[in-house]
Amino acid sequence: MTEAPIKITVRSLGVRYGSTVALEDVSLDVPTNRVTALIGPSGCGKSTFLRCLNRMNDTIPGVRITGDVRLDGEPLYAADVDPVALRRRVGMVFQKSNPFPKSIFDNVAFGPRVHGLRDRVRLHELVERSLRQAALWDEVADRLDRPALDLSGGQQQRLCIARALAVEPEVILMDEPASALDPIATAKIEELIHELKMRYTIVIVTHNMQQAARVSDVTAYFYLGRLIECGPTERLFTNPDRPETEDYITGRFG
Amino acid sequence: MPQHTDRAYEQALDQLRTSVLEMGGLVEDQIAQAVRALVDRDPALAQAVVTRDHTVNRLDVEIDDLCIKLLALHQPAGRDLRLITTALKITTDLERIGDLAAHVAERTLELAAEPALKPYIDIPRMADLTRDMLHQSLDAFVREDSDLALKVCAADDGVDKLHEQVFRELLSYMVEDPHTISRAMRLLFVSKALERIGDHATNIAEMVIFMAKGRSIRHLDRLPREL
Repeated sequence: MTEAPIKITVRSLGVRYGSTVALEDVSLDVPTNRVTALIGPSGCGKSTFLRCLNRMNDTIPGVRITGDVRLDGEPLYAADVDPVALRRRVGMVFQKSNPFPKSIFDNVAFGPRVHGLRDRVRLHELVERSLRQAALWDEVADRLDRPALDLSGGQQQRLCIARALAVEPEVILMDEPASALDPIATAKIEELIHELKMRYTIVIVTHNMQQAARVSDVTAYFYLGRLIECGPTERLFTNPDRPETEDYITGRFG
Repeated sequence: MPQHTDRAYEQALDQLRTSVLEMGGLVEDQIAQAVRALVDRDPALAQAVVTRDHTVNRLDVEIDDLCIKLLALHQPAGRDLRLITTALKITTDLERIGDLAAHVAERTLELAAEPALKPYIDIPRMADLTRDMLHQSLDAFVREDSDLALKVCAADDGVDKLHEQVFRELLSYMVEDPHTISRAMRLLFVSKALERIGDHATNIAEMVIFMAKGRSIRHLDRLPREL
């Protein structure tokens, strides 16, 4: 894998909720058009880290965020950054698929409409393109007006990905996107991730180490709020530098 | 090293190490017995070596099965993955060493039927050297000792030199008296088999270095000074 330019630079990131330290002194570079996987046991800070990348933690009462996060060199936490505009550039897909109780079409068109797109033809093009990129178009093309909640779990998750793609983001954050899906739906999501990285920068949190190994180019291992090791996925899973990483990836949970 | 949380997995990996050692010990013994049969002109012992090669083959299949089971059921990573892939590869080398020991025993059976050509000096030395190499490579495997493995790789030159020496000596016999040719050729096969055993022991040591360090030193023009 050739060197990719850095999309997101994180330096000395710390997050506290009241007196609880969720993340401490984390520095990490997220490469452009690559998949970066965040792994580690529950409570290790990987989801907190992910949510810092589009300022989803801001809304939590009592949160204190320190350090520096930059997207294309621009500080994310500067006073003049509008979090809503930021989240258009850095989209997110959650563990539980969460379509709106609307039609398939309206779900995907929701973001673009919020951002002021009214032209029906362009809206239609955008919905089709997003659904195609999310590998869902062929399954729903003839029933775009059906309720999104009638779709299967795997289809709903791909719909959420399509919805995230519709606002044309640069980065997609995925928090356990396949943990509630069966192996077939999971394989479709993983295949989709491979396709999406041509256009987008992807950061994924997963508890499934084999999934991290399969889909990512770079893997970061978090433990107790710290980044223990980050490196090329292939190396991290065959010959990690740190004994803590080795113990985790081989299933030695102390 | 902390234990695996999955105890059955931990036990299966221990079983793998034990089986590789068992196979290695058996093969070491096969070399020793084959060469003793040659020196002592003992056809019964040589025949026993040939027969015991089946046990070596059976262990090869068993270890392969265990490795495949571990790969399929546990999706191993890191040091476990390197242990399993190493075991898969070194059992192939051990199986070949077993074949070569049996090959020496077969030549012994033929040679025992004819008068001795000469007293054997260099061939037992080669056997001792290669057996030491094999023994140390297996020690290095158990202890994950890449320095010891590197020494094994370096020792192979000594075996090659002895083989060269044996070759020249046997050649002179053959040039002097064509009646020695069939016996000299058989001894040359023995020497070549021992030389090949040294190569397989080197392969095992190289895999042990991969297992311990996660890096390959195979097919380099020269050995690295340190790892």
